[in-house]
Amino acid sequence: MRLEVDIASKTFKNAAGEQHDVIDGVSFALDAGEVGVFVGPSGCGKSTMLRILAGLDPDFQGRVSRPAGARIGFVFQEPRLLPWRSVEENVRLVAPLADEAKLSALFEILELNAHRNHFPGELSLGLARRVALARAFAVEPAFLILDEPLASLDAALAARMRDQIAVLMDNRSMITLLVTHDVDDAVRLGDRLFLLSPRPARIVAELPIRTRRGERGDAEIAAIKLDVMRRINGDPSERESA
Amino acid sequence: MPRLLSFAVLLATWWIASLFAGDAKLPPPPTVLTAMIAEARSGDLFFHLGVTLARVALAFTLAMTLGAAIGYLMGRVRLADRLGDPWLILLLNLPALVVIVLAYIWAGLTEVAAIAAIAINKLPTAVVTLREGARALDATLDEMATVFALPRWKKFRHVILPQLSPYIAAAARSGLSLVWKIVLVAELLGRPNGVGFEIGVAFQLFDIPLLLAYSLSFAAVVLLIETLLVQPFEARLSRWRPRAA
Repeated sequence: MRLEVDIASKTFKNAAGEQHDVIDGVSFALDAGEVGVFVGPSGCGKSTMLRILAGLDPDFQGRVSRPAGARIGFVFQEPRLLPWRSVEENVRLVAPLADEAKLSALFEILELNAHRNHFPGELSLGLARRVALARAFAVEPAFLILDEPLASLDAALAARMRDQIAVLMDNRSMITLLVTHDVDDAVRLGDRLFLLSPRPARIVAELPIRTRRGERGDAEIAAIKLDVMRRINGDPSERESA
Repeated sequence: MPRLLSFAVLLATWWIASLFAGDAKLPPPPTVLTAMIAEARSGDLFFHLGVTLARVALAFTLAMTLGAAIGYLMGRVRLADRLGDPWLILLLNLPALVVIVLAYIWAGLTEVAAIAAIAINKLPTAVVTLREGARALDATLDEMATVFALPRWKKFRHVILPQLSPYIAAAARSGLSLVWKIVLVAELLGRPNGVGFEIGVAFQLFDIPLLLAYSLSFAAVVLLIETLLVQPFEARLSRWRPRAA
């Protein structure tokens, strides 16, 4: 199972009829069990790319080959829950085959057990995001897409949810694609980092992380982060030596 | 409790007004009640109410189903909207009387003509409301359903229908009140039974107690259906919404 992506370009027409280039050459491949993380400035076209990869937007130049019939789990930037269905119904609806044991394990890890019967309108953003996570994992996806799952949460909560996501990812072998603008999250969760340019997006660097996710020490994480930051901000000495 | 109080105030106002207007023009409540009881004893009241209710039910169901389907289509498909819009505007502004008279002329003084005429009067408002609903459907939820490969029927039931339900409720509410009003006119003009027919008879005989007896029984039935059927249904539909303070 492998995801192969080669998006040559993607343009948008805005309401005034002007053309905008959103993506300008993004190609990569991911194998099952790998977590690819895309890091880029906000508004660089990351969400557009994810919509293309999920098959929601067929209007682009290039090619995306997903494993045939692969189930997709998508955690959107806004949780996109059905407000008229309870937390549990939201999850069960997309995953009718998930049994009770599996669901309770999932709810346990995400600390959602107390909220099963709540409606999404009664949840905080952090909780709603966790429900969206539960929904995406409940379908046992072959291809998991996470669009800024930790954005606009306070640091402590984001860290806890990041650990929960790591736990959930560890037990599964799927192709995972995470988009974030937070370098720390990227380095802690990813196996391979792809750095994106500002709009129109293109991959400026690809950094594999060799150490397994759980075994990365603080020093190593700090070193990788430094490397990423330097590449993003275009350290002058780096540019000369390259 | 406040409802009962406001009903009592109405009754008192009526009674006092009847003292000033005189029995001939506005009979007091007991006279009307006697007429009502007499009609109920003979079974006429229930027969005519039943016939009218059946017409309302049929015409309402017909117009809601057809109107919802057409409205949804027009909200989702541009071409359907373009094609249907002139007809919609025409029907919206066509007086009820014109539709009823033409229906009776073309289809004869039949039950089918009456029900069709009532349904046609209600149809355009249902179309307009549901079209708005279909236009307002949330594209982001649509994408969610697509990504998670929800089957068509499930998507309709759990994603689309709940979004349309306030519009359906609004169409039902306004449509029902429209049908209540039009059904009597249709009966008056071309049916040998029903509340509208009886009111026509009472009008010709200048039998005001009878007229009021039928009108008020009809109003009571409408009120009953509103409180027992329509309002609980609306409350159930919106139970997921945080309550207004």
